[in-house]
Amino acid sequence: MTSDPTATEFSLPTQWLIAVRNRRDREAFGHLFDYFAPRLTAMMLRSGMSRAIADDVVQDVLLTAWTKAAQFDPARAQASTWIYRIARNRQIDILRRERRPVPDALDTGEEHTEQDAHQALALDQESAQLRAALAALSPDQRDVIEKAYLGDLTHTEIRQRTGLPLGTIKSRIRLGLERLRHELKEIR
Amino acid sequence: MNRNATHHIPDEIIEAYASGLLPHAFSVVVAAHVSLCDKCRATAEACEAVGGVALDHIDGEAPAQDLRARTLSMLDDLPDADQTHARLPRNLPITAPQPARRGIFPGAVAAELGDDGPRWKSLGAGIRQQILTSGPDGTVRLLYIPAGKAVPDHGHGGLEMTLVLQGSFSDHTGHFAKGDVQVVEDDLEHTPIADDGPACICLAATDAPLRFNAMIPRLLQRVFRI
Ligand SMILES: [Zn+2]
Repeated sequence: MTSDPTATEFSLPTQWLIAVRNRRDREAFGHLFDYFAPRLTAMMLRSGMSRAIADDVVQDVLLTAWTKAAQFDPARAQASTWIYRIARNRQIDILRRERRPVPDALDTGEEHTEQDAHQALALDQESAQLRAALAALSPDQRDVIEKAYLGDLTHTEIRQRTGLPLGTIKSRIRLGLERLRHELKEIR
Repeated sequence: MNRNATHHIPDEIIEAYASGLLPHAFSVVVAAHVSLCDKCRATAEACEAVGGVALDHIDGEAPAQDLRARTLSMLDDLPDADQTHARLPRNLPITAPQPARRGIFPGAVAAELGDDGPRWKSLGAGIRQQILTSGPDGTVRLLYIPAGKAVPDHGHGGLEMTLVLQGSFSDHTGHFAKGDVQVVEDDLEHTPIADDGPACICLAATDAPLRFNAMIPRLLQRVFRI
């Protein structure tokens, strides 16, 4: 992280995941475990899994984060978002007993430039606003979102809309994708 | 590759996918389209940010006491590649990672096809299909429509999402090229016709059995599960 002047401004979990990605940093992985394991355990228990299965899934998710860390792109996702995706995929695989269809992964650029860091920081700020928007909701509204995103899939409305303002974060992620496409073109 | 589809998936369906609520058949179409479309990928990833924030917010529950030590001790044994699941503990119903894209088929479709698909079945008039999965929540199939041929006119009782993987088709609602998705609801009658050029290959998900109004008698509908 010392090579990147802005990195210390990221949220802590994102800093830890970058350290795991760049340096296979075990201490940082320990911090990720301490932060995410209780949250992931709660997420799995909510969907009706036994404690034993929940423990296995939590371990699986965090080990997957370790092995796939090279794919983590802070210009498109915060650590919580990225780990949420891994966890939700596994949870759905298990609840539905079939593999969840996922989009093809994108190749990630080799170099992490300063411009990437600015983009990533801007995304961090958008995420903070999203967090504030969620905190400002009534308990009932928040409950709807938590049920949809963390719950047991019994609520099967095909059209799901939680009503959070996603426009700016969407444009921010789009910029991250465009930048990545541009980098990949230059590599080839 | 053309990453500028002009017909996209509505945001609320992408949100249903990202949160996990969308049934499997439609999830195949969303995952396949997002593989081809950065606009919808950004929407899906923005929705996942909501999931990330929800995860940040949740009240934690203590995992098993020895889980931390057990997990950290496993780091040495892990391969660098994506083989984590192969070594995982105990009794999880493990699924292998989704296969990579194969030709015109994104990984989410390749997963449904298996190694040697598609195995087309003729519907007559040069039109072919393969049903990928079918269940109470919906059916997803591949359709093969030669240039100039129409998918028989049909109405439907629910949601239908059709993604073009090769070639293109047109109907009175517009022109759909590779990467485009047509989302049709309820009772719209429409007759997509494959444009000139290579045969049009589409991935189509429906949540109610299609009722073909013409060309295919009711008995055949049952045989072909249309
Ligand atoms: Zn799209």
